[in-house]
Amino acid sequence: MIVARTGNEAMAEAMRQINPDVVAAYPITPATEVVQLFASFVADGQVTTEFVPAESEHSALSACVGASAAGARVMTSTSSQGLALMHEILFIAAGLRLPIVICLVNRALSSPINIHCDHSDSLASRDSGWLQIFTENTQEAYDTTIMAVKMAEEIMLPAMVTTDGFIISHGMERIELIDDEKVPKWLGERKVVNNLLDVDNPITLGMLDLQDYYFEHKRQEIEAMNNCLPIIEKVQKEFGDTFGRYYPIVDEYKMEDAEVAILAMGSTGGTGKVAVDRMREKGKKVGLIRCRIYRPFPKEAMLNAIMKVKVLGVMDRADTLSTLGGHLYNDCRSILYESAKKPLMKNYIYGLGGRDISIEEIEEVFEQLLKIKDTGRIDKDIVYYGVRGE
Amino acid sequence: MKKEKKGWKDLPIGLAWKSGSSKEFETGDWRSDKPIWDEKKCTHCLICWIYCPDSAIIIKDGKVQGIDYKYCKGCGICAEECPPKIKAITMVREEK
Repeated sequence: MIVARTGNEAMAEAMRQINPDVVAAYPITPATEVVQLFASFVADGQVTTEFVPAESEHSALSACVGASAAGARVMTSTSSQGLALMHEILFIAAGLRLPIVICLVNRALSSPINIHCDHSDSLASRDSGWLQIFTENTQEAYDTTIMAVKMAEEIMLPAMVTTDGFIISHGMERIELIDDEKVPKWLGERKVVNNLLDVDNPITLGMLDLQDYYFEHKRQEIEAMNNCLPIIEKVQKEFGDTFGRYYPIVDEYKMEDAEVAILAMGSTGGTGKVAVDRMREKGKKVGLIRCRIYRPFPKEAMLNAIMKVKVLGVMDRADTLSTLGGHLYNDCRSILYESAKKPLMKNYIYGLGGRDISIEEIEEVFEQLLKIKDTGRIDKDIVYYGVRGE
Repeated sequence: MKKEKKGWKDLPIGLAWKSGSSKEFETGDWRSDKPIWDEKKCTHCLICWIYCPDSAIIIKDGKVQGIDYKYCKGCGICAEECPPKIKAITMVREEK
C-alpha cells in the first residue's frame, strides 16, 4: 500500500505492525509522535501491547530491560537528552544481551538547548554495545525498524534505528507499507534464551561479576559485535527477498568510476545523491558513500568503498571534541592504517543543531575535493562547514 | 583448593546464571572484625537475625545456633543491636 507518512508516523506504523509485547516510553521532541501515535494504537485496540508511560527515559528503558528479560519483544523511542538519560541503562541492556529496539530521532545534545538534528546523541552512545543503523529517508526508517527487531533478536544485542530529527521525522514522504499481517509473520516469535519468568528453571540475571568474571562476560559481548555483520546482511537479504526492498551495509552511489566521494550518514545521503547527479551532469566523476550500519562498524565494506576514490570528504554531523575530528572520520582513518594506498581525506563537520545542508553546498564540497585531487594537497584536515566566521 | 574458573567461551550468554548462586559467593573473607556469640548470655530474641544483612546468623527451631563465618562480613550490626543488658555478641579483631 502506497501512503504519505512522516518519519515518525512511519516508525509508529512499523511498531503497530510489529505489535511488540511491551513499549515503555517517555515523550521527547522530535520523537514524541512515535509513542504518541503508538499510544493511540494501544487505546484503539489496534495492538495488544502493554504500554508503560514511564516517568522518565531512565525509567522507560529500565522497564524495557525488565520486560525484555522476561522474554517480551520490547521497543521504545527517544531522542537527544532522552537517550542521554537512558545512557546508564543502555550498557545494561547490551550487557544482558537483551534485543530491545529504540526508534531514535537524532537531535543535538544540550547545551545550548536545541531541538533540531545532529548526530551527537546517538554517537555519544556509540560505545554502549548497541547496533546503530542510520536511515536516509522515511521508507528506509520504516523498513529498518522492522528489520532491526529480527537483527537484534538473532544477535542478542539491542539496536537503535535513527532518523534525522525534523528532516525525516516531520518531513512527509511517499512510502510503501507492507500488509499488516505479513510483518509479524516475517518476524516470527522471539526465541528467548534466558527467561526470567520460567519458574521451572529459575535463573538469576545481571549478577555481580567482579575481577573474576566481568572481563569474560564483556569479551562475550564484544564477540557478538565482532560477528554480527553477516547476520545483519542475512536479515537484510531475507527482508529484500520477502518484500522486494534490499538494503546494503554500506550504501554506494555512482561509485564505479568515481574519483572523489563524500561519506555521510542519515538524510545527507539523500541530499548528497542529488548533488552527485548534478555533478555527473557536468561530467564530474563523483560518488557518494553512505554509512548505514554504523555499529558494528563495517570495516571490510567501508574499506572496499573508500579505496575506490582518490579523495574522500567525510561528512560528520557531530564532533567528538577530541581535537581529532568527527566520529566517522576517526573510524575511517583507523581502518586505513594498514593500507599501503589510501585516499586523501578531509573532514567536514557540518549541520550541528539542525543547520541546513543544501545540495549546492554539497556540490561546493565536491568542487573542493576535486581541487584536492588535482593539486594533491589538503591545506586543512578538519573544517567546520557552514559555520559563520570560518 | 583453588577452583578452576571458566573462560569466556564457556559461560552462558547474557549474564544469566542458575538462581541462588550467591550462596557460592563467600564474603566472609572481607571481614576485619569478627562477631563472637556467647551461648550462655543469649536470650534468643532474634534481633541479630532480623538485622543481619547477610543472613549469617544460624537459626534452628527458633534458636540461635551461631554465626556463619562463610558469609559474615563483620559489619557489627548484630553486636550493636543485641540488647545492652544482654550483650551476647561482641566484636573482636579478626586474626588471620
